[in-house]
Amino acid sequence: MPQTVTIEIRRYRPEEEAEPTWQRYEVPFWREWMVLDALNYIKDHVDGTLSFRWSCRMGVCGSCGMMVNGNPALTCATYLETLVPGPVQVEPLRGFPVIRDLVCDLTDFITKLQRVQPWIVRETEGTPAQGEYRQTPDELAAYRPYAMCINCLLCYAACPIYELEPGFLGPAVIALAQRYNLDSRDQGREARMDVLSEHDGIWACTLVGECSTVCPKHVDPAGAIQRYKLDAAVAWVKALVLPRSGR
Amino acid sequence: MNPAYRRHHPKWYRARMPIFWWFRKAAYFRFIARELTSVFVAYSSVLLLVQLRAVAAGPEALARFTAWLHLRPVVALHVVVLLALLFHTVTWLHLAPRAIVIRLGRRRVPDVAVLLGHYGAWLAASGLVVWLLRL
Repeated sequence: MPQTVTIEIRRYRPEEEAEPTWQRYEVPFWREWMVLDALNYIKDHVDGTLSFRWSCRMGVCGSCGMMVNGNPALTCATYLETLVPGPVQVEPLRGFPVIRDLVCDLTDFITKLQRVQPWIVRETEGTPAQGEYRQTPDELAAYRPYAMCINCLLCYAACPIYELEPGFLGPAVIALAQRYNLDSRDQGREARMDVLSEHDGIWACTLVGECSTVCPKHVDPAGAIQRYKLDAAVAWVKALVLPRSGR
Repeated sequence: MNPAYRRHHPKWYRARMPIFWWFRKAAYFRFIARELTSVFVAYSSVLLLVQLRAVAAGPEALARFTAWLHLRPVVALHVVVLLALLFHTVTWLHLAPRAIVIRLGRRRVPDVAVLLGHYGAWLAASGLVVWLLRL
């Protein structure tokens, strides 16, 4: 095993340069280190000007998603050991505007996420005195895989359609909409359908499938989108054949 | 972009999507190949319609069409079409379990069963076509 490993970081300092440039750093190699540990070593001991996001260090917060050797990855869950002898290339998530170094502007995702109302929508809200909305284990199991999403946005960085058509709602937004659609306590399916059925919604997806491949939580957004397409098509045919039945 | 941040940052950097982005990864290349081979699906559909038209026009028209099919360049083209159709079909069938979730009671039917169901349907349809051609 090597004593050190070279980390190449795509840096962008808007006050100094018009385009990002690569910068090389030598860091000690430890078998138990993740890529994030190497970045923190650089920040703490080599170059304090390096900017990147991180928080939990255990694959839960979804903050430290970056491109590692060209692939979207959580840097806190990617062992350096798997990438030696290197060099290891770290870039900001693809498809998002870069604010500085490895920090992207995620406003587009947040705006789109709000449009699909990712919360439990009720036609009439019950009072606390009426008790909680109960759910069986089977009902929970129906949406649980989609509830695992940590908004790390690796799926967006893996999706060439989002890069080509920035208006596309994107994998995580649609998967999270599906999470609430499948929740037995929710009544907001139709309102979400209006947003998801738009041109930039489910129909913009051409099923590249990489969003599901890179998802660290096995959410399968590609599957969610295809199932939603099937649902939308069935609803459309139903409305055509039985116009008075409602959706 | 959030306008509130603009005052503190001269500009964001947005990378341009390269024209040959589909060479970045094998998965992207497979995706583009799958999409492009749909042209061959359209071609074979048109070919079938032309063949039906020749059948309807009588034995002479059918003989002319069959003779055209036996030309070497046409045979070579159709070998390429067949390979493209097989690639398109297989890649599409493998995506089917992504879209179709079947539940039997509490259990979800495994993806492999959905996939085998599609292959079974493909074989049955092919068998039906062979049987019709032999009539």
